[in-house]
Amino acid sequence: MLAPLSWLKEFAPFDGDVDELVETLNDLGLLVEGVERVGEGLDAVVVSRVLELEAIKGADRIRRVVVDAGGEPIQVVCGAFNFDVGDLVPFAGVGTVLPGGFEIGRRRMKGVESNGMLCSGRELALSDDGEGLMVLTGTDGAEVGVPIAEALGIEADVVFDITVEGNRPDAWCMAGVARDLAARLGLPFALPAPVVTPSGPPVGGLATAVVEALDMCPRLTVRVMESITVGPSPRWIAGRLVLAGMRPINNVVDASNYVMLELGQPTHPYDLDQLGAPGLLVRRATPGEVVTTLDGVDRALGVPGRGLGETGDDCLICDAGGTPIGIAGIFGGSSSEISDSTTRVLLEAAYFEPMVIARTSKRLALRTEASARFERGCDPLGIDRATDRFFELLAMSSPAAEVAQGTLDVRGDIGATNEISLPTHAVNALLGTELSTEDVARLLAPLGFDCVPEAEGLRVTVPSNRPDVRREPHGVADLAEEVARAHGYSRIVRRQPTWPEPGGLTGFQRDRRRVRETLVGLGASEAWTPSLVDHDEGRRVGLAGEPVAITNPMAANEGFLRRTQLAGLLGALAWNLDRRQGSVRLFEVGVVFSPPAADRAVTERAGAGGAGQAALPDERELVSVIFAADGDDARTAVSALGALVEELGLIGIRVRSPGAGEALAGLHPTRSARVVAGGGAAVGTIGEVDPAVVGELGAGGQRVGWLEVDLGLLLDPTVVERRSQLSKPVSRYPSSDVDLALVVDDAIPVDEVAEAIQGGGGQLLESVTLFDVYRGPGVEAGRRSLAFRLRFCALDRTLTDREVGELRTRCVAEAERRVGAVLR
Amino acid sequence: MSAADGPVDVAALEADANRSIDASSTTAELDAAESAIVGKRSAMAAAHRSLGGLDPDARRRVGQELNELRGRLEQRIAGRRSELVAVERAAALEEDRMDLTEVVTGDVRSPVVRGHRHLVTTTRDQLEDVFVAMGFNVAEGREAETDWYNFEALNIPPAHPARGMYDSFYVDLGEPETVVLRTHTSPVQIHLMEHAMAEGSLPIHSVMPGRCFRRDTADARHLPVFHQIEGLVVDHGITFGDLAGTIETFTTAYFGPDVHSRLRPAYFPFTEPSAEYEITCTICLGAGCRTCSDTGWVELGGCGMVDPAVFDAVGIDTALWSGFAFGFGIDRCAQMRHEIADMRALVENDLRFLRQF
Repeated sequence: MLAPLSWLKEFAPFDGDVDELVETLNDLGLLVEGVERVGEGLDAVVVSRVLELEAIKGADRIRRVVVDAGGEPIQVVCGAFNFDVGDLVPFAGVGTVLPGGFEIGRRRMKGVESNGMLCSGRELALSDDGEGLMVLTGTDGAEVGVPIAEALGIEADVVFDITVEGNRPDAWCMAGVARDLAARLGLPFALPAPVVTPSGPPVGGLATAVVEALDMCPRLTVRVMESITVGPSPRWIAGRLVLAGMRPINNVVDASNYVMLELGQPTHPYDLDQLGAPGLLVRRATPGEVVTTLDGVDRALGVPGRGLGETGDDCLICDAGGTPIGIAGIFGGSSSEISDSTTRVLLEAAYFEPMVIARTSKRLALRTEASARFERGCDPLGIDRATDRFFELLAMSSPAAEVAQGTLDVRGDIGATNEISLPTHAVNALLGTELSTEDVARLLAPLGFDCVPEAEGLRVTVPSNRPDVRREPHGVADLAEEVARAHGYSRIVRRQPTWPEPGGLTGFQRDRRRVRETLVGLGASEAWTPSLVDHDEGRRVGLAGEPVAITNPMAANEGFLRRTQLAGLLGALAWNLDRRQGSVRLFEVGVVFSPPAADRAVTERAGAGGAGQAALPDERELVSVIFAADGDDARTAVSALGALVEELGLIGIRVRSPGAGEALAGLHPTRSARVVAGGGAAVGTIGEVDPAVVGELGAGGQRVGWLEVDLGLLLDPTVVERRSQLSKPVSRYPSSDVDLALVVDDAIPVDEVAEAIQGGGGQLLESVTLFDVYRGPGVEAGRRSLAFRLRFCALDRTLTDREVGELRTRCVAEAERRVGAVLR
Repeated sequence: MSAADGPVDVAALEADANRSIDASSTTAELDAAESAIVGKRSAMAAAHRSLGGLDPDARRRVGQELNELRGRLEQRIAGRRSELVAVERAAALEEDRMDLTEVVTGDVRSPVVRGHRHLVTTTRDQLEDVFVAMGFNVAEGREAETDWYNFEALNIPPAHPARGMYDSFYVDLGEPETVVLRTHTSPVQIHLMEHAMAEGSLPIHSVMPGRCFRRDTADARHLPVFHQIEGLVVDHGITFGDLAGTIETFTTAYFGPDVHSRLRPAYFPFTEPSAEYEITCTICLGAGCRTCSDTGWVELGGCGMVDPAVFDAVGIDTALWSGFAFGFGIDRCAQMRHEIADMRALVENDLRFLRQF
């Protein structure tokens, strides 16, 4: 909202430094986004008439101009081309300092002396137009030699650009800003008290007012003014509208806009003689009813939209015959607009139920100055002052006009006065202050809250322009906010609260950090790839099924929730390869989504009032890694998994190839496997990315190692067992190593062979380590020779050769028994 | 064959071509066959050239037949090619086969280099650590929530204009606009309070970091997918002064002793009183600069005392408990502290950027 200081001063005698006012406004929660000083530095700029205009030899971007600025003709050089001989233009003489601090000096260009400057609107800080001169020809009051400020009726002013929070409809007007500011500064504040003397016939004989939908429009007032002359507004009204960012139109429309800006109450003037039947009728739109709005668009009403809580209830303003002339509180129709020939005005001023306006405005995507105010909540009792003010303002430019006697006033339930018992201790308990009851009253009263002392504090009557203050008990918090705001947030003493409960991370959170640290230690850097992706992203990496869709994406290629991090990481790999970044290892820890799953369905409260239930997409938090540094392949991924297992102390993690004909999406069919927990649950995938998928990236030929685990499973001790954290003694006796080469069928995973060996060696077998794999001559096809190193050791003695020999035999026997291993 | 040999024998051409297509057993052979069948020196091309010698009617008829033949052959070649590609891929994959259980870890050679955590992660961890030291624990929640948790329980009823402050992505599941990508981490507050009520485990002292989504166009200061951290304290006798103190403690702990905080009134539906909080501009340390529009302060986040309507939604008795909540952007913190000109650098994943942190 643009609030000129001169307008605010109508309500309270603000003086003092502008910067201090800005600080105070900010501290009140009326955030000043900008301050514009208008009309300053214009004292020496006068209206001049162009006498001569000629080209300068050798210059095509500047011309020689001679102007009459009220004395001797003056020669200047000018680079604008939007004017002609005889035009009136602003002239600033040598020595003038323009807004912004630019001082005009005497200059010589192409041999022509320039004794001043002709100015654009932008140079004078009067408009954004810097394209050409500000041509004043035809402007009332623009005469040669007259200071430009005087010619344009501009007084030096300061305009604050204030953001008013959504819960403060009362402050969204000049009077509201002034009220808050005056209260804080301890200045007297007074609203305008318009004087209107009705001299026309009784309004009842001129128009009717009927409300069929009192639930939507709890109050409608209709007043009439006759013998109006439509014309321009007085200059001061037009000037203020311009400063406040509105375009002056005519005295009737301007008066309505002025009242809205000043008091926050939108009103709507109609040409009474253009109404199909004199008077207004407010009703519900019938389902599918079409109304043509002022912008010429046909809008279907009364049809529920998609949104939650959508009723499809729309409120219409109709003429007395029931023909729609506007969408209540949002947009007028064109049929009864004020025109130059209007002589009789019907003024509608109403209070609409905020949620009705909010729903219709949202569904139609129609937001206007009026709807924005109505949906936040206007003052149902402020209407009379607003309509009086309208007629008072209009009478200034249309002195012969007569206001009809009386008001057609239709009222439903506008709510009883909100009275709240405000215990002082409750205020102090919420704010941490030590205010007395008198302090609270002193802070609230200037804001319009009527305060009467009662047993534990105050009985506070909430003014009707403060819909943000709820009824008891919630209203206590709302009043406490008002107390705090008026008192000043910065004056509330800070205290660092303490409590006996210790803070900390959960085990999961600590482990997730360790996962990241481990991967970083393996040379991988962490990426953040998009959660919102296109429909085919999953399909490109071999995923079947459908992704979860976004109803209202910002772009077509961001319309779905990702099902994998593989595609995003490959994208990041491609980005880096394109930029000649080699040795790429990247990981991401993030959530992927799939449609609600039968086996892990999550349903939560949903719908209006939380009365319904909704199934949520399945979310999994994954850690995914690609290894694309020189020499990286599936083996890199396997050793990375080993590092994670080691760091986290995981037990029973296995790598298992998928069954024949079963593929892991996006992965190399013969170099990929599942990561499986001891109990058999799959917790991830490992191997290499399918070369065909890598090829599509333009990185063909490069192997890309892959590791992905579902953190929710991997770090769940009920899924993946953890190593005991109880210590085991370390033997003080020498150990003995034995190497074994066992030929085993290709179908048997190495870890099963090692387990069989371990089973044979028992407690005395300290470790089993694979150190070589051989396929080729001497080993039949479909089998391979696995070379293990077995280390035997006892806690209480040195093992004898004989013992070791026996253990070896047992290990071989067990391997033979369990996995059909043959000693080579 | 030449024009002098009379009409072109299309059937013979086709039979020859089919034979050589079917006989190709590798893609390389098929390539050779293709060029022999439809290439510049093929019988087909010769037949085309011979058309010039025919009378107009015959030329049209034979020309059409040749064109149809070309179409059939190209289709057959393509079909054969996809068979051969599949066979060759299968063979190559078989050749490539590796039993991942056989990896001899000691043989895997890997350069000793260190990677880098993402700046958002390090920032989040640092923030978490500051709050943990202040006695908070860390809670997390889902990224897709129902409207109840994201809005209504937070005192933002359906169609309420305040929903306009959070332009939401809706998930196409169930009734329209019931499932939403969370626009803030605040739904976690509701889950925490519900859980605490169900378990009888109040008080709550938690911070909640996580990923959020809003329909904001990406620019130098905004990303539609971003990270937030927020805090919730529900305990006996908690006041606005406690909130202001907590924010100040956090601010100096995270940003350093020269950076302070201040609160000014604001509106959030889920807190009352509500405040926006600002910190000393980290660029000029309060002296005034372009970043802070010469005010010496920059906005960081929002906060306030938990609104009684929110306590009502989760059944917490306001006669016994009070609380405060605060929240701000993790990415924004990182941007301020590391002077990142354009937020979009955070999602480019350029190693030259990632390696800096």
